[in-house]
Amino acid sequence: MYPSAFDYSAPGSLEEALATLAELGDEGRVLAGGQSLIPMMKLRLAAPGHLVDINRVDELAHISESNGHLAVGALARHADVASSETVSRHNHTVASAAPWVSDPLVRNRGTLCGSVAHCDPEGDWNSVMLAVGASVVARSSSGERVIPITDFVVDFFTNSLDPGEMVTEVRIPAYQGPAGGAYLKLERKVGDYATVGVATHLVLDGSGNVAQAGLGLTAVYGHNLKVTEAEEMMAGQAPGPELFAEAAAIAARACDPDDNVRGPAEYKRAVVAEYTRRGFAQALALARGEG
Amino acid sequence: MTTVHEPRTSPEVGGIGHSVRRKEDDRFIRGAGNYLDDLNLPGMLHMAILRSPVAHARINSIDSSAAMEIEGVLAVITGEALAAHGLAWMPTLSGDTQAVLATDKVRFQGQEVAVVIATHPYIAHDALSHIDVDYEELEAITSPQQSLATSTLIRDEKEGQTDNVAYTWEAGDQDSTDAAFAAAARVVSLDTHYPRSHPAPLETCGVVADVNSITGQATIYMTSQAPHAIRTVFALVAGLPEEKIRIVTQDIGGGFGNKVPVYPGYVVATAASLLIGKPVKWIESRTENLISTGFARDFHMHAELALDGDNRITAMRAGILSDQGAFFSDAQPTQFRAGLFHICTGSYDFPSAHVTAKGAYTNKAPGGVAYRCSFRVTEASYLIERLVDNAAHEVEMDPADFRALNFIKEDQFPYLSPTGFVYDSGNYHGAMDKAKEMIGYDGWRARQAEQNADPDATKLIGIGVASFTEVVGAGPSRQYDILGLKMFDSAELRIHPTGKAILKLGVQTQGQGHETTFAQIVAEELGIPYSDIKVMYGDTDNTPYGLGTYASRSTPVGGAATAVVSRKIRAKAQKLAAHLLEAAEEDLDWEPGKFTVKGTDQSVTIQEVAFAAYTNHPVGMEAGLEGVTYYDPPNMTYPFGTYIVVVEVDTGDGTWKVLEMVAVDDCGVRINPMIVDGQIAGGLTEGFAKANMQWITFDDDGNCIGSNFMDYLVPTAWETPRYQLGETVTPSPHHPIGAKGVGESATVGSPAAFTNAVIDALWSKGVSNIDMPVLPHRVWGALNGVEASP
Repeated sequence: MYPSAFDYSAPGSLEEALATLAELGDEGRVLAGGQSLIPMMKLRLAAPGHLVDINRVDELAHISESNGHLAVGALARHADVASSETVSRHNHTVASAAPWVSDPLVRNRGTLCGSVAHCDPEGDWNSVMLAVGASVVARSSSGERVIPITDFVVDFFTNSLDPGEMVTEVRIPAYQGPAGGAYLKLERKVGDYATVGVATHLVLDGSGNVAQAGLGLTAVYGHNLKVTEAEEMMAGQAPGPELFAEAAAIAARACDPDDNVRGPAEYKRAVVAEYTRRGFAQALALARGEG
Repeated sequence: MTTVHEPRTSPEVGGIGHSVRRKEDDRFIRGAGNYLDDLNLPGMLHMAILRSPVAHARINSIDSSAAMEIEGVLAVITGEALAAHGLAWMPTLSGDTQAVLATDKVRFQGQEVAVVIATHPYIAHDALSHIDVDYEELEAITSPQQSLATSTLIRDEKEGQTDNVAYTWEAGDQDSTDAAFAAAARVVSLDTHYPRSHPAPLETCGVVADVNSITGQATIYMTSQAPHAIRTVFALVAGLPEEKIRIVTQDIGGGFGNKVPVYPGYVVATAASLLIGKPVKWIESRTENLISTGFARDFHMHAELALDGDNRITAMRAGILSDQGAFFSDAQPTQFRAGLFHICTGSYDFPSAHVTAKGAYTNKAPGGVAYRCSFRVTEASYLIERLVDNAAHEVEMDPADFRALNFIKEDQFPYLSPTGFVYDSGNYHGAMDKAKEMIGYDGWRARQAEQNADPDATKLIGIGVASFTEVVGAGPSRQYDILGLKMFDSAELRIHPTGKAILKLGVQTQGQGHETTFAQIVAEELGIPYSDIKVMYGDTDNTPYGLGTYASRSTPVGGAATAVVSRKIRAKAQKLAAHLLEAAEEDLDWEPGKFTVKGTDQSVTIQEVAFAAYTNHPVGMEAGLEGVTYYDPPNMTYPFGTYIVVVEVDTGDGTWKVLEMVAVDDCGVRINPMIVDGQIAGGLTEGFAKANMQWITFDDDGNCIGSNFMDYLVPTAWETPRYQLGETVTPSPHHPIGAKGVGESATVGSPAAFTNAVIDALWSKGVSNIDMPVLPHRVWGALNGVEASP
């Protein structure tokens, strides 16, 4: 397949990249791992006028923990996240989701930040980010802003970045006490988009009750869906199968899946419920150190 | 009793039974293969095809003026332009016609409408969006049931066509079958759809057409499984003199039946080269390959078995409705309108069967190619193996025992089937017993009984059995031809003075290992080391005529020709040896590679004989040591086997995984056991794909869902189960080396084993069928009474 013609630049620093993006405005498109963008260009579903390749901006490749959060830079690959001890120590949901992102080839090249910015409702990362309450650092030549993930994900393939802005980092709250999480995904084969994906996040208080619950759903709504009603319902409650079943029932009602080749809506709702129960059970076991 | 073949030759000679490494792998593994897109000729132009975005529409007009203005665009060719040369339509391999470029209407999404010829592939692709086609959309017919019910005529351009029926066909005997059903103690029935699939070879189709405007010589480099037949078709369709057509196939990255037909792109690229006087390259994209080239299967099947009071099968009925797409272009022998589907009585001994088949035109891509399959034997095998399994469950017999009770017995071969096949040989009980022993069948049944007995169990075990019989190696010329070309095949062998050899074949490898396997046949017959034998194919100027490689016919037909030509040469070599040893011909003993005078140690090697053929041949004998054979097989060959799969079904989400799988194959004598194992493992994986995930479907508007590898799923090492392979050896009694063909057995036999395993797990929950692919939502839907659509 042959993409439409485009221009290309490969800045060597973040400053230069931001300057180029500022100059290009709407025409500019950041190329990081390219695992969604390049196939779309190849199929002529996307025809950006100018690619700004950030692969030489080494300062963006970090995965680190500081000030109570995990920071994943714009050049950190999915494979880096999957193999990071920092990640697995500080957030189980993220660690659990990383090996489910596409296939090993895509994980070696694709980036977490790129996937978050892409806002594909069938992408896995934004469900995780919604469940754990992440935020997105956006930079432009005129400065930096930190956007809560709930404000960042606007809709189907739509984020809240302004022209000239790019995602430089995703920030994920690091565990401060007993906490656990999981990402369960039903896919038809490795590398497939989710039929259903469920991200669960559970923080316990001193008495073992739910201090904070997070629940994000993939591929069953127009965008990745944060099930706030279930999260609020669970807060302060004693965790266990009954509570998780209640959350599962809320999740199944909250989603709005399509009938398609991946199955009828009724089936997807049933899997959302099943995986919500299974996911929170795994999260609880991990939070109690039984995982 | 069946035994494994012990090699007769040394490992250095590498005759039959040696797992020598594949000679071709050196270049493939090093990335030094030579595929079509690697070919670049001086001055070569590039072609891109504009395809219909809709499934059914009248073409009101095509305006290509804006495309013609793009720099680097040399021509835009439409159906109208081709019609002026009588090339807008071409014949299919099933005697129907197919549009090369659409003139009146488009009849499926992805149909070829126009082409751009440009100096660069990017320019050609850019120009496509500047061709303006005015489509007037029509009702899309997306199922054969809808096709037979509607008054919309899909093939309204076709003279004499008054309905949407592409063909009708029947086999067997209706009266005796009806009588058996009337007398039956029990009738078991099954309705199932074998879904549309696509061979999806890794290398897509393509052509580089180089027509010399001075000499008229047309050299056509292409991805074809049957280059000689293509040459003749080109001569007949385009009216080019056949001696001026040379079809060249280089390395081919998989065919699986997809590269048997002639596609419009080949014809237009050739016409464009003729018109412009420069070479023209067309390389299909993945999407083009999946949406427009030959699909496979798409059989809607109804079948019934009649049983007597002792659970013996007495008769079978089958009625097929096939979805042919817009043109009837099955690649199959002329006499058989539904291929060899009437092999559907399978491995079982009963006297009566009746099979009817009807094909319907729909607004979908044409095809019906035999995807790793001998002309619809895959659908047949799936049907009987699913039906037999359900029958066993209905009469509450173990499915393996029910099969053993009804198998054709070893002493019944050759066996005349109720639909007219003469099975050459078989030992079905032997393969079944071996498979059961390898997998620990009784142990798994005990574990299943225990685990599934728990009413709260969310993980259910199922055990699936399939005991397939194939019919491969087309075929005897009295019955088998394609467009009148008899399905013999050929081998030409030349022994050089230094004892090295070149073998030229009419069959065409697409990765099966012909360069190794066929050299091993010569090594077996003449004792010349396999590494000294160069194997050539796929250049019609330099190889003998043959019908190509598909339907597991290379070893049964081309392999037989190779053995026979080797024996011809050995007969002449014996005369030469007698001359050299000054002995009578009949006083010589032969062992691979050497003639010895009986009772002495006087001998000459085949290499010494070869040298003498060019340097010291006796007076009155022609010099040289070479020959050619065209082999017309006396019968088909009938490989068989038993596959057993154990699965675990998760009732919460409907997923299932393979816990263990055993495949026991009997393909007669195995030439290279390693290559055979590779063929079986690949075939099992393709069978697993169809059972687990893979199909091409369409929405109600006729849009193809499955147009790239995100939607048309091909399993990787991550999903593929582990297999244990076993063998029994029942040589074909009529094949010169006792071989039967194996490339397709596992694709044919395995899908039913997987489906049977899932159904076996769910039978006690009231589930008796789930169509392939057995997707998680279909499993969950069957358990929860939710209709899964599509």
